Amino acid sequence: MSKLHVDIPAVEEAAKLLYIRALKVLPDDIKQGFRRLDAGEGDGTAKTILATMIENIAVAERTDNLLCQDTGIPIYNVTIGRDVEVDGVALKEAIRRGVERATREHPLRSSIVHPITRVNEQTSCGRFVPVINIDFDATPRTLRLEMIPKGSGSENGSFLRMFIPADGVDAIKRFVIDRVMEAGGKVCPPTIVGVGVGGTSDLCMHLAKIAATRPLGSTCADPEGAELEAMLSKAVNSLGIGPQGLGGDSTSFAVHVETAATHITMNPVAVNIQCHSARRATATFTPTGVEIGF
Amino acid sequence: MAHHDFHMPVSETQVRSLKVGDTVTLNGALFGIRDATQIHMFDRGRKTRFDLRGHAVLHTAPNVRQVPKSNEHPTGYASVCVGTTTSARMERFTRPLMQEYGVRIVIGKGGLGEDSLQAFQDLGGVYLAVIGGAAALETTWIEAIEEVDLEDLIPECLWRFAVKGFGPLLVTMDSHGGSAYAQVAKTAESRRAAALAAMGVKA
Repeated sequence: MSKLHVDIPAVEEAAKLLYIRALKVLPDDIKQGFRRLDAGEGDGTAKTILATMIENIAVAERTDNLLCQDTGIPIYNVTIGRDVEVDGVALKEAIRRGVERATREHPLRSSIVHPITRVNEQTSCGRFVPVINIDFDATPRTLRLEMIPKGSGSENGSFLRMFIPADGVDAIKRFVIDRVMEAGGKVCPPTIVGVGVGGTSDLCMHLAKIAATRPLGSTCADPEGAELEAMLSKAVNSLGIGPQGLGGDSTSFAVHVETAATHITMNPVAVNIQCHSARRATATFTPTGVEIGF
Repeated sequence: MAHHDFHMPVSETQVRSLKVGDTVTLNGALFGIRDATQIHMFDRGRKTRFDLRGHAVLHTAPNVRQVPKSNEHPTGYASVCVGTTTSARMERFTRPLMQEYGVRIVIGKGGLGEDSLQAFQDLGGVYLAVIGGAAALETTWIEAIEEVDLEDLIPECLWRFAVKGFGPLLVTMDSHGGSAYAQVAKTAESRRAAALAAMGVKA
């Protein structure tokens, strides 16, 4: 079987298109999530707020505008299947050019600054930004490019704690509840609460990000994690924080958990929150062409 | 719970008449302000030429397009998408904004803290909530970008927008010590033990 040869200019085009598309059109699972929350919401103010958010999704599509002003930190998750031939360095450069072009040509607000000088290059790029994660899977002759413009209001709702084994799973559950309370309305609820359990400190936070940006309706592949996320989903929505932190039942669409093995001395937990503008877009490269989706 | 239609600027009496739960719609001028704007204004000694007395500031940094200057676009910027950012980061600037510049209304998302609530009581101010993340809708309430100051901070300049029917916005912090955020935090605190117990965890 011949290999998939990934065309670098096509990657640049896709990187540009995905950034703009992700900022404008929400995935169906999120739209459905809004309908589910609205149907179950008992608080009047909360229902009005959800209705405004649902209206905003329609206005963005009708006026071809951005859902939210925050263009986020651009993240690209690249998944490379079997029998794929691609120049990795050129791929990363192409993604960066795509981000710069989306920013200049649309135009988009560049939200990226140097962390010390705070200088904004007006390109949405900087040192190690866009964030590019590269992984591999067994899908034959396929390269998948997922774009996530991660909003800062919810990214500021990120927390890591290195508990110890004696603290047990109870500490993890308490930590999640307390951080959701601490974040309140600042993270733009209803949210997806991403929880990483286990690993090293950096892997734990990465798991939380994977969890926060996973489609609604998906479950953790680890049955222990799946049980924990179901339990936590119920618990956070019993707190009464509600949409925008102004009260109600709809604090979160869901809590998502991802797990990794950890050390005998460790019990790490990380929380990374995704706001209600849970934006994603994907491009899938196969021998038959490029398919755009969520 | 009353609705108020404001033509900016407003008086202290008008602002003090607002209570948590009321709604407000703004018309006329609205000023966009952000982290860097206020860091430069209050930590680095820069001043704005704008007269903010009696006015409202919106926690924002818009997406704009550079266009030729015209009557429609006097600043050379057209708005692409104007939304609202998380207010809590700008908590320490509420009092100086009111004291030094006479600002009466702060508009944002997620709420402000105790120091701001005290400033609203002491000086006569309110916080109005926009639905965060609903920027496509919010953009339709903006008529034009009329003026821009501290332009080198783009996109975190001080923007003067012309607005028509900007709202309805919910009064979530008032000048009488009322805060919807404090109420919700209290509710959540009272439910914490039960939420943990349902997962078999002691508070």
